[in-house]
Formats: sequence, structure tokens, C-alpha cells
Amino acid sequence: MATPLNLHVPEPEVRPGGVPDFSNVHIAPAGEVARPPIDVDPRDIRDMAFSVIRVLNREGEAVGPWAGALSDEQLMEGMHHMMLLRALDARMIIAQRQGKTSFYIQHLGEEAVSTAFRKVLKQGDMNFATYRQAGLLIADDYPLETMINQIYANSEDPMKGRQLPTLYSVREKGFFTLSGNLATQFPQAVGWAMASAIKGETNIAAGWIGDGSTAESDFHAGLVFASTFKAPVVLNVVNNQWAISTFQGIARGGAGTFAARGLGYGIPSLRVDGNDYLAVYAVGLWAAERARQNLGPTLIEYVTYRAGAHSTSDDPSAYRPKEESAAWPLGDPVIRLKAHLVAKGVWSEDRHAQLEAEMLDTVIAAQRKAEANGTMHSDNRPSARDMFEGVYAEMPPHLRRQRQESGV
Amino acid sequence: MARMTMIQAIRDGMDVAMGRDETVVVYGEDVGYFGGVFRATQGLQEKYGRSRCFDAPISESGIVGTAIGMAANGLRPCVEIQFADYMYPAYDQITQEAARIRYRSNADFTCPMVVRMPTGGGIFGGQTHSQSPEALFTHVAGLKVVVPSNPHDAKGLLIAAIEDPDPVIFLEPKRLYNGPFDGHYERPVTSWGKHPDGEVPEEHFTVPLGQAKVKREGRDVTVLAYGTMVHVALAAADDTGIDAEVIDLRTLLPYDLDAITTSVRKTGRCVIVHEATLTSGFGAELAALVAEHCFYHLEAPVRRVAGWDTPYPHAQEWDYFPGPARVGAALTETMEA
Ligand SMILES: Cc1ncc(C[n+]2csc(CCOP(=O)(O)OP(=O)(O)O)c2C)c(N)n1
Repeated sequence: MATPLNLHVPEPEVRPGGVPDFSNVHIAPAGEVARPPIDVDPRDIRDMAFSVIRVLNREGEAVGPWAGALSDEQLMEGMHHMMLLRALDARMIIAQRQGKTSFYIQHLGEEAVSTAFRKVLKQGDMNFATYRQAGLLIADDYPLETMINQIYANSEDPMKGRQLPTLYSVREKGFFTLSGNLATQFPQAVGWAMASAIKGETNIAAGWIGDGSTAESDFHAGLVFASTFKAPVVLNVVNNQWAISTFQGIARGGAGTFAARGLGYGIPSLRVDGNDYLAVYAVGLWAAERARQNLGPTLIEYVTYRAGAHSTSDDPSAYRPKEESAAWPLGDPVIRLKAHLVAKGVWSEDRHAQLEAEMLDTVIAAQRKAEANGTMHSDNRPSARDMFEGVYAEMPPHLRRQRQESGV
Repeated sequence: MARMTMIQAIRDGMDVAMGRDETVVVYGEDVGYFGGVFRATQGLQEKYGRSRCFDAPISESGIVGTAIGMAANGLRPCVEIQFADYMYPAYDQITQEAARIRYRSNADFTCPMVVRMPTGGGIFGGQTHSQSPEALFTHVAGLKVVVPSNPHDAKGLLIAAIEDPDPVIFLEPKRLYNGPFDGHYERPVTSWGKHPDGEVPEEHFTVPLGQAKVKREGRDVTVLAYGTMVHVALAAADDTGIDAEVIDLRTLLPYDLDAITTSVRKTGRCVIVHEATLTSGFGAELAALVAEHCFYHLEAPVRRVAGWDTPYPHAQEWDYFPGPARVGAALTETMEA
């Protein structure tokens, strides 16, 4: 008798009310994964798509072949950036609740990924980011006040109120204009990198995508172009376990890991502990060096956890246990870097608390200045006249007529 | 009868359809366990099981492409695109495949499916959560395009769409999910609870596709509108005191030519309102129809009120949105012409 078929629909291990369980997350001990030469044959490191590169161990020590890439000073700067980003997020979520902006997307738990990666890039390189990599700007000293102006859509908003909050565009900081349409930036990053190669320049590109969005055709289109043309690009997948309410297993399917997606394309594919500032930096540097040496693309999966809500419009307690983020086995990136610096004797609880207060003050000061330029619902906003500008380089007659008709 | 919001009516429509016909399946991003970001599918997975209501990977072309395959294999998929702004990766599957499967196979295969998607602005959604892409679908032979303006019609039209033998694009004005909205954004939103269109039969019923509805009778000017703009048009008629006949098109393709021509021949004037950008919008089609069929009855030029020809701006949303003031001005000018 023929077997009746039935549909397999993947489900997360636990739902609200259950006990968080990450026993299925396989994590190699810090220091265990080898560091191959940058010109390694991708076929020789296929297993790296299934392990996790980590530098910081439980005792806060930096161990193994990927350790030692950063000085104390650089590490303290990293701490500074992560805490600044965290403070900005905290204040902007409150601002959204107060009606000063319509929407906000935070990074809680993922601060190491973008802030550490920014440090492997050089002036002239270009990021094609998602909405969850504002750390690329923070770690490049982009003025907070300008970020908040954009979030508030006030008179000093560089995007003139046209874009959703947090969808920045900062060419001089290597930050390509952000789209809300998922995955579109991925092949664009590859194309930008190909252009760099066509023109014989030295700049590289970085593409960014979330675990959920790797299901989009654009992700695969990006990989095939990167693979075929050996584009000088670092392809970053941020696996924060959740895509709004949908767990990562829905997008991953039977691939085992997101990094493993790169194997079919012959692209060196690595996984890294995304909550380990040192590991993110070391692996990013390895991949960036490969791109700079004309060795082609690298795919990196950052294993992390979205501790906060997807956006201010989301309530994660509806689909996952409240305790899940605390149970995440890779900890919190800020606390882990702090433990490391304390273990090294260059940091203390006091200095940490002091920096935390300082970062909050810095954000509040920038927020005050930005508020002087207006907020979402104040009168001090980009004018409706601006709405008609910039659709084309030169305003065509039909739009001119419409602007006139609108009376602005 | 029960009082329902539009989101409840849409959910109820899927529930009724799934309960009557086990070939109806529902899926899309965040649709299963969570019940969709607007909660349109809440409770359906629990009730009908995971193989009839489930979370899809974030792949709009995958969602629509698989729905075509399911439809070809005897199911009636009703899939959700999270926001209409995100249907573009699926556009190829919708327009080149779903729309033509019956035609190109001489009905060897058919494609009975519904693609639901929230449309329109007024929620500070910016460029990527506010679009009204109806004209991109009405230009495609083989599709049907529906835009409800109230809970009653939403449920009846959705069930009709699910039962329809051809692919239907079901556009849901998200500004209307929780209550009617007249474009006076500074006023608090009224609820559907006190609105006659919030009364929705709990059982199975359909609102036939292709039939418009006169929402307000009038003698002086016909206003053609759909979705959110029906409510804006009604508000503009009230504000100006002009005796306007407001027609809710409900289905854009196939459109109800009879309803349009009967009304315009009676009033001799026509104002068309939509939220999508003006140029090559569906209003252009309506204006052409009126010119072709009612030319000798017209006492004034046909006017269109629409979104400006710019991408949807986030902070200037209320300057972009065709509100009652702009519609009112067009009515007044039409009457004076
Ligand atoms: C093409 C497209 N489809 C759907 C959406 C709606 N949407 C916005 S964010 C999101 C989840 C993305 O998840 P993931 O890629 O894992 O990134 P994360 O938010 O977890 O960082 C979805 C479905 C969208 N913005 N674009």
C-alpha cells in the first residue's frame, strides 16, 4: 500500500510558557576552531561552515588561533561603541513611546556584530547593510545628533523626512542607502564590489542580511554573482534566531547552517560567535583581507540572538518564552567584553558603570540638540515642498504642476 | 450578525472558507503560530492544523510560486504578502505565471488562488509600508483585483475570491483594518463597532466580484473611489455639502462599467479618487472609460485626485495623502466648471 504523505512544517523547540532550550545549538569551545591561511582552498575548510569560531572563553580569556588581533585600546574603544549603541537604542525606544518618532529598530544583544566589523573596513569601502547594523555608523564616529535627526524626521534630517526612521544613508561613512525591502541590498553589494574590480580600485564591499531574509531569491542571486566573478565582497548573514515571529529553522530548511549555503557556491563559509567582539573582528579581518588580496568573497554567519523586539511594532512575548534571551548560551556581548577587560586588569566595575553613565549622557545631549530641530509631530519638520524634490535630478513639468497644485 | 473590524472580518472569511472546504490552505510570513503581523490569520493554525496554515520562509516568489503549484494540484491557497510593498519579488510569478496558466494551457491547468496584501498609507509606514500597487495588477490580463472598503464587503469579497476559479489579488487598505478613516488624521479613529458596515454575517456569504456599490446617492457629481478613499470621498461630500453620488468600486478588475456609466450619465460630472500616484494610475483607466461611454453626458471635465507622483514620503504623509480637503476642492471646481 502506498504511504500517505504528510507535510513537514518546522517548529521551534519551545513556545511561550515553555522552558527555553538551546541544547540543539552546537557550540565549539573557544579557541578550538583553526585559523586557515587567507588563500586556503575553500574545499579544505568546508567543515568551518558547521562549527563556531570563538575567542573569549567562559573565564573571559582570549584563547586560540583567532585571538590577539586587537590591542587593549582597541578593545576599550569597542566597549565604548557597543555601549553607545545600546544607550542610543534605549533612549530612542522611549522617544518612540513618547511619540517623538514613529518607529524604531534596536540592536540589543547584537551590538558586537556591526561595531566590530566596522573596524576591519577602510575609508572607501562600502556597506550594504540592513536596519540592524547602525553600529557600522556608531563605530565610525558618525554624529549621533544626525542619526537622531533622521529618526525624528526633523528639519535637519539628511533624508528630509522621506525615509522611515533608522533607514540611514551615509555615503562618506561607507553606508549605502538602506532599503526596507529585504535582501535587495545583497546582490547590490556584490555589484559594487565587482565595479571596484572592473575599475581596478582597492575598495571592497560588505553585504548584510538576516537569517530570515536568506530565503529571498536575491540572497542566492548575490551568491551566484559573487562566486562566478570572485567579487571582492564579504557576505554577512546575521543569524539572530528570529525573523519577526518566525524562528530561523523556517528559512534554514535542511541546510544545517546558514553558512553551509555558501558551500554549494564554492565560497569559503565560516560561522562566528556574534556575541564575541574579538571573534567578530578576527573573522571579519580574515575575510576582508581575502577580498583585498583579490581572493574573492567570503560568507560569514554570525551566530547571535535578538534579545529585544523585532521593532517597536513587535511583541516577542507572543511567540517565544520571555526567559529565552537570558538562556542564550553565548551570553551578552557587552558583559563578555567587560569580563575580558576586567580579567586583563585594564577595566573595573567602577569604570564600566562610569562609561555607561557617560554614554547615556552623550546620547541625552545629542537628543536635546536634535530635539531643538524638531521631532516627528512638531511643526519643525521637513517641508512638504521637499517631498517633491529629488524624485528626479531635475523636476519634470508634471511634478512642478503637482507641487503648485498642492500649494506648497 | 456580529460586529467586526475589518481584520476580524478577513480572518472570519478565511475561517469560514477553510471550514467549508478542506482544500483551502493559508500561509505567508509570520502567518502560522503568530497569526500574521496584523493578526489576520490568528487562531487558524490552532484550528486547522499546521499543514493548512503555516509560516512561510521570507520568499515572496516562493510563496506565490508554490501557491500556483498547489492550485494546479487541487488546493485553493490563500496566501499573504506581509505588505503590498513586498510583492515585487513575487511579481513575476503573479503576472507571468498565475495570470496566464489557464490561457496558455487551454484550461488544462487552472490557478484558483488568492494573494492577500495590506496596501495604502496613513500609518507612518514610509516608502516601504504604504504603497497602493493596484494599477500594476489591473494592467495584467488574467488577474482579478479586489479592494474592500469595509468589514462586511471584506468578508464577502474574500470568500468569493477564494471560491473563484481564477487568481485574485486581494488588496486590503490597512488604514481601515480597525475602523473607517475619513482622512481627517487629526480626529480620533472611529471604530467599526458603530458603523453599519461593521455588521457582518457570521455564516458563509459572498459579495460577488465585479459589482460596485453606491455608498451615497446624489444628483450633482459622481465620485468613483475604492478602499480608504471611499471614506474620504464621503467626508468630502459632507464637508462641502455637494450632492455627490459616491460609488465604491470594490472590484477593479473586472470593473463594473454599468454602475459607473449609469451614475455619470445621471450626474454629468465625475471625480475619481485614489491614493496611488496619479500618472498611469487606475484613475486614468476610469477617466478613459467615462470619456468613452459618457462623453455626451458630461458637463465638466473629469477630474482625478490622487497621490502625488513621488515615492511615499514618511514625514510628509499628510501632504501626500489625498484627504477630504483636496477631494472637496475638486468637487467644488467640478461643480463650478
Ligand atoms: C521583501 C520583504 N518581505 C517582507 C518584509 C517584512 N519584514 C520586515 S523585517 C522581516 C523579518 C526579517 O528577518 P531577518 O532577515 O531574520 O532579520 P532580523 O529582523 O532578524 O534582523 C520581515 C518579514 C520586508 N521588509 N521585505
